[in-house]
Amino acid sequence: MDFLTLFVVVPVLTIIGIVFTKNMKQTRLVSAVGMSIQLVLAVALVFMYLAERKAGNAAEMLFSHSYVWFESLNISYIVGVDGISVAMILLTGIVVLTGVFASWKVDFLPREFFISLIFLSSGVFGFFISLDLFTMFLFYEVAVIPMYLLIGIWGTGPKEYSAMKLTLMLMGASALLLVGILGIYFNSNAGGGELTFNIMEIAKVKIPMDAQRMFFPMTFIGFGVLGALFPFHTWSPDGHASAPTAVSMLHAGVLMKLGGYGAFRVAMFLLPDAAQEMAWIFLILTSISVVYGAFGAIFQKDLKYINAYSSVSHCGLVLFAILMMNKAALNGAILQMISHGLMTALFFALIGMIYGRTHTRMIDQLGGLMKVMPILSVSYVIAGLANLGLPGLSGFVAEMTIFFGAFQHPDLFHRILTITAAASIVITAVYILRVVGQILYGPITNEHFLKLDDAHWYERVSTGVLIFAIAGIGLAPLWLSDMINDSLNPIVNQLMQAIVK
Amino acid sequence: MIDFSFTILIPLIPFILFLLLGLTSGKMKPVLSGYIGTLGLSVVTVLSYFTAYQYFFNREAGAGVFEKIIPFHTVWIHLTEKLHVDLGILLDPISVMMMVVITTVSLMVHIYSMGYMKGDKGFSRFYSFLSLFSFSMLGLVVAPNIFQMYIFWELVGVSSYLLISYYYEKPSAVSAGKKAFIVTRFADLGFLVGILTLSYISGTFDFVTLTDPQGALITQGTSLTFMGISALTWALTLIFMGGAGKSAMFPLHIWLPDAMEGPTPVSALIHAATMVVAGVYLVARLFPLYFFVAPDALTIVAYVGGFTSLFAAVIACTQTDIKRVLAFSTMSQIGYMMLALGVSGYGGEHGLGYMASMFHLFTHAMFKALLFLGAGAIIHAVHTNNMNEMGGLRKYLPITHITFLIACLTISGIPPFSGFFSKDEILVAAFESNRFLFFVEYAVAGITAFYMFRLYFNVFWGKSTHYHHTPHESPFTMTIPLMVLALASMFTGFIPFSDLVTSNGEAFTLHTNWLVAIPSVLIGMAGIALAWVFYKKETAIPDQLATTLSSPYKWSFNKFYIDEVYLFVTKKIIFDRVSEPIAWFDRHVVDASMNRIAWVTNLASDQIKGLQSGQLQKYGFIFISGVIILTFTFVYFLFN
Repeated sequence: MDFLTLFVVVPVLTIIGIVFTKNMKQTRLVSAVGMSIQLVLAVALVFMYLAERKAGNAAEMLFSHSYVWFESLNISYIVGVDGISVAMILLTGIVVLTGVFASWKVDFLPREFFISLIFLSSGVFGFFISLDLFTMFLFYEVAVIPMYLLIGIWGTGPKEYSAMKLTLMLMGASALLLVGILGIYFNSNAGGGELTFNIMEIAKVKIPMDAQRMFFPMTFIGFGVLGALFPFHTWSPDGHASAPTAVSMLHAGVLMKLGGYGAFRVAMFLLPDAAQEMAWIFLILTSISVVYGAFGAIFQKDLKYINAYSSVSHCGLVLFAILMMNKAALNGAILQMISHGLMTALFFALIGMIYGRTHTRMIDQLGGLMKVMPILSVSYVIAGLANLGLPGLSGFVAEMTIFFGAFQHPDLFHRILTITAAASIVITAVYILRVVGQILYGPITNEHFLKLDDAHWYERVSTGVLIFAIAGIGLAPLWLSDMINDSLNPIVNQLMQAIVK
Repeated sequence: MIDFSFTILIPLIPFILFLLLGLTSGKMKPVLSGYIGTLGLSVVTVLSYFTAYQYFFNREAGAGVFEKIIPFHTVWIHLTEKLHVDLGILLDPISVMMMVVITTVSLMVHIYSMGYMKGDKGFSRFYSFLSLFSFSMLGLVVAPNIFQMYIFWELVGVSSYLLISYYYEKPSAVSAGKKAFIVTRFADLGFLVGILTLSYISGTFDFVTLTDPQGALITQGTSLTFMGISALTWALTLIFMGGAGKSAMFPLHIWLPDAMEGPTPVSALIHAATMVVAGVYLVARLFPLYFFVAPDALTIVAYVGGFTSLFAAVIACTQTDIKRVLAFSTMSQIGYMMLALGVSGYGGEHGLGYMASMFHLFTHAMFKALLFLGAGAIIHAVHTNNMNEMGGLRKYLPITHITFLIACLTISGIPPFSGFFSKDEILVAAFESNRFLFFVEYAVAGITAFYMFRLYFNVFWGKSTHYHHTPHESPFTMTIPLMVLALASMFTGFIPFSDLVTSNGEAFTLHTNWLVAIPSVLIGMAGIALAWVFYKKETAIPDQLATTLSSPYKWSFNKFYIDEVYLFVTKKIIFDRVSEPIAWFDRHVVDASMNRIAWVTNLASDQIKGLQSGQLQKYGFIFISGVIILTFTFVYFLFN
């Protein structure tokens, strides 16, 4: 077995382990151990990857393996990673482990909960290592479907409605995506070869322009829905609001990134000519997402809704940067995915912890929490500052790379859109400080809060790891940004050739 | 020339202190964290004095202009193929001077706070925030490129926010912090767009390359325009917008008076001496660029500075909260500095305004910090900010009284105190290039003397107020910084600034222009005399005057209603007219259409499911009908 497949095998083994556990304590222990191994593997992968690159291995994809699966249709299980997927795997490893710690106290059907959660994560890991469109799509579905159960069973509020809405919208997107992928497949012999699902093979073929025009919007929107593309984002606020803590973390932290990653790896990489031609439409939509999400967040009263709209804004920035199609902006997009993944995970974890204590997420009912739970409150402030792009934390690095990258565009249209998107940093400051001022500062609004306790050890692990990662990237971004940068050449070349023609 | 690479420690030590004090906050004994913070900062102060000595005075004879030295730099991130951000240290006259200013005031504030903040619950937190601020501010002034400056610019913004909201249980402090952050953030958006444009044109962030008078940018400029105006003018005006936000220039000043909600030592350090002059520093840093390629932007700087200095001085005359009077006075004095830059030329004697601006920045930092710390001592003694509730305090607070008087004389431009020298150079610079602004500044000089002595007489003379507790002089930790700063205010005017800090690093000889200096002193004295008549004893004159001039008085007292304008824009327009409709639209249009699709699907399935009735007769009927219809259609098309 190759190294990358371990990322799918470890979750499966963990699930098998969980099946044999007898009580909640054992279940969460097994989950924590399994996911810690996963994180260690992810870190090891980063080091192995950097070592390979340093040793001069210039292949586009490293640690690549291929196993034929369906010979007649030429479907294979192909794995391989470049700097971008390595970074995403690291992100997933961190978020899943911290998610497990954030769900330490799930007492309703814990076994089933952790099984679904880890099953979901195996889908995400599988998605990031796959280089075959079919397998990729399969993993994608594996990641989306447990979401329905997780929200519907362990959620809060109108959970059935939210679960149904989320699943149906994502399924709708999957349908588009499936057609798009098949469309690419059936045109993958344009160069005279065989039909194939292999991404790296398809990239060498020039798919006819008519087909590109048809299938680019399908794949881009298909993935875009998951990345909260306006106007297909409304599953996100309701879904997040009803989801249990760890699911929100995973969903906003990682699952929404499948959208950005997919749009980048499939839609842009394989259909570059159509991408060049149609980018402006989606650029306008994503600019709207960025500003609209931020304004939407100002008005919300529920912490999770605020964060969900903020995610719409920040994930909008990811797609926005991808569509700018130059190296710097693409680098920024990947950094933004990682940064947003970490900080939203932190946000949702903290909201869950606050909700678990105060039993409310309404900002007007909360107040003065800094006094009773200083550790959680300080973490919340840090998450907020990361979100509004404070230097020294990851958000700043990502946003600045995007803005400076996008602004290098030679025409005015792109630069004006960049300024529009940059304006969102002011609005972000408004809603973040509004929440911080309302819920953490000020006098204590409810006597019952005085009895609440501060973070427990497992909560400290969860928030501590995330803060460490956020500050680590924020203070020393060079290694990460260089690792991503090196892997961007193939796709940038694809897009550049599209202009030349 | 010695090796300056040790200067890396100057920002690094406060950063380590911040982490140390922040992480141990609540676990360490509060007093201990105060000692550690103060001790750490004294090391930094010694280092920067040493740097200043080495840089300015320990050079070979006839070494010519002061060089820009970059003793340390490292790549932080590659933004694009061309643009990369370095973190490093740039030593040149203004950055070295700023290091001295920041560490001096910061050290005084550290010592002072040991007494002022004694017994406060968040003592350690306070010191860790002070360290964070010192780190950010030092990082800002030593920045060798504009991007590093922007990084630390944001960091000083957040330290300012944290310190204004320091008393976080007080709603007014929380909203003041929020206001300060959001207003300056808005200004920083301008700064950011300015940097984007500037780097797009020049392909570099580096100050040395950007401001080189022989460099490509200055000699060639740019052919890019936007709406008929050169892109460089846009860029530099937008960058100035960032500076105006931080330096509380009209109309982005509204956060500064509210920022007085923070602890008084913080007001002295951040909102009087150091952070608020960052805007002046920014313009000075890019001065050759402003002067050579965007003179229009420089004119804007001059007029914004001139207007703000008058505007703020007028408001200061009617305020009753002593810290707010000082806040408006700060705005007014920073206006002076901006104006001086705006009217300055470049190179040697032509750069008089530039040198005067930096000179005034230096002296102002000393005397304004002194005023604020003095105000802190007063507030500490009488537990109120309202000067109407004070009076006759000279008997109780002798040291505070004398030092405060020195500061008042200094700011009023009375020789031989330092304010006289620096303000005089600004007036001369204005006199030589823009007579209109020159007369405005004459008026401001008079108003300044008036409102400062209004404050002074009201607090230390005037009616003898009865206090609940007899006010008593502050402890030594607080009075020693007052005395040190008083000495600084008295003597820093004799520093030969024109030999050290000039626009191109070239020394020049200063001539006193008596034609300008004598009237300015007389105007200052007149202001003091007026205040003496009005406020020395409790008289009815001020009230009568307020009634006769009721409408201008009201406008001034209400700060010309600028706050109300902002409130209207943010609340009524952005919140109610933009944000609320967007939230509504999202729920009732975007989301509703998704729900509608689901509803239509449901409805359709409801209709269709009637077909699956399970009755054999019905299936048979449908089957036969289908066959008949298909047959007819087939036959029709076949024979047509």
